[in-house]
Amino acid sequence: MAGTRPEPPMVRVLPEVTAESMAYWTGGADGELRVYRCQDCQGWIHPPTPACWRCRSRRVEPEVASGRAVVAAYTINHHPWLPGFPPPYIIAIVEMEESRDVRFTTNIVDCDIEDVHVGMPVEVVFEHREDVWLPLFRPMAAATKGGAS
Amino acid sequence: MTYVANRAVITGVGQSKLGRRIGRTGIDLACEAALNAIADAGLSADDIDGVASYPGPIMAEAGFAGASTHDVRNALGLKTTYYASGVETPGQIGTLLDACSAVASDRATHVLCFRSVWEATAQAAAGRAASLTAHVTRATGHPAWRLPFGAASAANWIAMMAQRYMHEYGLTREQLGNVSINARRNAALNPNAIFTAPMTMEEYLSVRMISYPFGLYDCDIPADGATAIIVSRREASAGLRRPPLTIEAAGTAMYDRHSWDQRADLTRTTSHDAARHLWQTTKLTPADVDFATLYDGFTYLTIQWIDAFGFTPHGKAGTLMTDLERHSKDGDFPINTHGGQLSAGRLHGYGFLHEACVQLWRDAGERQITKDVEVAAVGIGGGPEGGCMLLRTEN
Repeated sequence: MAGTRPEPPMVRVLPEVTAESMAYWTGGADGELRVYRCQDCQGWIHPPTPACWRCRSRRVEPEVASGRAVVAAYTINHHPWLPGFPPPYIIAIVEMEESRDVRFTTNIVDCDIEDVHVGMPVEVVFEHREDVWLPLFRPMAAATKGGAS
Repeated sequence: MTYVANRAVITGVGQSKLGRRIGRTGIDLACEAALNAIADAGLSADDIDGVASYPGPIMAEAGFAGASTHDVRNALGLKTTYYASGVETPGQIGTLLDACSAVASDRATHVLCFRSVWEATAQAAAGRAASLTAHVTRATGHPAWRLPFGAASAANWIAMMAQRYMHEYGLTREQLGNVSINARRNAALNPNAIFTAPMTMEEYLSVRMISYPFGLYDCDIPADGATAIIVSRREASAGLRRPPLTIEAAGTAMYDRHSWDQRADLTRTTSHDAARHLWQTTKLTPADVDFATLYDGFTYLTIQWIDAFGFTPHGKAGTLMTDLERHSKDGDFPINTHGGQLSAGRLHGYGFLHEACVQLWRDAGERQITKDVEVAAVGIGGGPEGGCMLLRTEN
């Protein structure tokens, strides 16, 4: 029996794009998840800040990340908070594969709401709206789980 | 050891009329609460030389920022040497704790501290959901990282924290439900509570889901009402109407980034930083606490404060509230004797401090705790920011 699979919403409240957040919100135009990284200690940083919270270096800049992550926590939203964004849908905090202490709040898409779970490997997929490409995440296809292709 | 060298005490409390859709503004409610608190302390408005409040005049959903410090100063003609409001503080009591520092350093003598909300009235026409985004065209600040994904409410953000704690430690929906059922049972004895009919576990579990694992009864109720607390310099409290309450300790720490999703340990919120800080400043231990008032904007935030204060080992907070009679006014460890925000309405933090004070003064009426009480633990806020206090009667 098929589960409940959320449809893309008609409307999303889009983020204001700032100098710091532009890389994250527009990297999807090139199919890239761009995340700030410290050029001194190599630590990844999110949300982006103009200094590294780990080592205080000012040498921070966006880098292309793998786009692979793991679900750290999730909720199934059932309440109609936003016009044009009908429930149910999955909101999750996912951890970067490269650095499990760096997390993104996002939607899990192409996934039945019954199937999401902590530890689920996911990969980025972009949804283009106006001037932003929202990084969403979908379950990693079984065939690519090992990193092949 | 005591907070600010024992130079600041609580001398009076007051509330406005409380309820849903009262049809009065936040400024009106704040003035009523302020005058009640000033009278409760045995002071006159001319004695008040400081004002402090949360959150100040910020852009927020309708009715959230009910009255600013300036609003109440102006309305009551207060002449002040100290005034401050803010939202970047350790929970809703952050500016009250700063007011304690102000009186301890002789910047003021009697500070009126307040929190006013009129969300129930202000959001009545548009509805709560629309109110969350009414002022938003593009999401800015921290919501920029959440609103695009439909994560519009703290219900979503805190639900994820709860889900992770459930995953790690086996916290159950029934254990969250016990927080709500306990609040409802206690609310029956509070004449100002909003929901007072007893709640069964079956009702809790069958009510509509908001954001898993939170159903409707895991979420507090938008309300109208203001609460005011008077903080006084100790030497100035002699001869006032009530015996002053000692602030044994306060926890204001934040050791990690201010964040809904980046804390190193997703099962510990800023409450843990605040409580750790609090215990570092007192000889008392969790075993010395006679009763607690623990923020419950969502059931899980009470679970977090139980965990943070160390009333159970980490991860076991859901197991504390199983025999709910223990947490009634007649029990050995009463919790949220007024019904919390879950049943008495979202007065946004100050309601818990008010309840702790009236219980310590043995002035809680029908819901007065039966046993002798000397020490109260108060945990306010939760998630990315929070503050906590230990209050004590003077002997």
